[in-house]
Amino acid sequence: MTLEGKVALVTGGSQGIGAAIARKLASEGADIAILYVGNPVPAEETVAAIEAMGRRVFCQVCDVSDFDATQAAVKEVIAQLGGVDILVNNAAITRDKVLLAMSEADWDSVLDINLKSMFNTIKACYRNFMKKKAGRIINITSVAGIMGNAGQANYASSKAGVIGLTKTVARELASRHINCNAIAPGAIRTPMTDSMDPKDLQAILDTIPLGFMGEAEDIAEMAAFLASDKAKYITGEVIRIDGGIAM
Amino acid sequence: MDIYAKLTEILADHTGRDAGEFTRDTTFESLGIDSLETVEMVMELEDDLDVELELEEKMNTIGELVDFIESKL
Repeated sequence: MTLEGKVALVTGGSQGIGAAIARKLASEGADIAILYVGNPVPAEETVAAIEAMGRRVFCQVCDVSDFDATQAAVKEVIAQLGGVDILVNNAAITRDKVLLAMSEADWDSVLDINLKSMFNTIKACYRNFMKKKAGRIINITSVAGIMGNAGQANYASSKAGVIGLTKTVARELASRHINCNAIAPGAIRTPMTDSMDPKDLQAILDTIPLGFMGEAEDIAEMAAFLASDKAKYITGEVIRIDGGIAM
Repeated sequence: MDIYAKLTEILADHTGRDAGEFTRDTTFESLGIDSLETVEMVMELEDDLDVELELEEKMNTIGELVDFIESKL
């Protein structure tokens, strides 16, 4: 196991890619903190799965787009689990519409949850990482943030912002051995993609050189690698896991 | 605790200079101390003072930082 003795905080870690990452990091020996909003049932399942591996797990409802709530939640994580070694910023939503039909609320909610949340969590963990003089930040972006995607002006913009944030944080904190990288999934089968319009989904499938959708575990494997010492010389990188969509 | 004395002691440790060289008007920039190092020095003081000192703005001089810390005690 590569992450024994580490604590990983995963936002949006109750289901989908976040849950897969939380389970994978736990399987590598890390204790896990999950912040999430929404349905408690998958959160309970994820917690049970991690506990069954013999890991400690702290799970709390927290809207990570809310600055004060996030600071308080991270403080509680640090108090309960003794610190944070790995921060995985995964929480995200979609509110897909062509720009003409997109409301200000559609824009704001996606930018707040997908991008501002990462500012909030990184700010909350910053001092903890500085004190440890170590840390791994893994931000989940998207190929939409690299290529753009019709109908996703808000989502693609938020995910492009994540890439800028990742590279900036990587530069700011590199001298303190705090690595910050981004993973850019392509079409990954999750509850979020399941809610997409089938026509939009097919259009995406048609663009994948490998010809099939990825699984959440494909992202989790990379997150575990980036969180481990094997990735100690990687920072400021954006790694596509997309079946070749954005090559 | 004399915050000025403690801070200049930490600064001397970080820069390899004599604490007597510093004044309240000495800028961190002139000592080659960047904002991350300022945060680290403040965190060292936090442990000694048992208080949380969240730096919300950039401190330019030793005097500014001393005043900020004293305002939190």
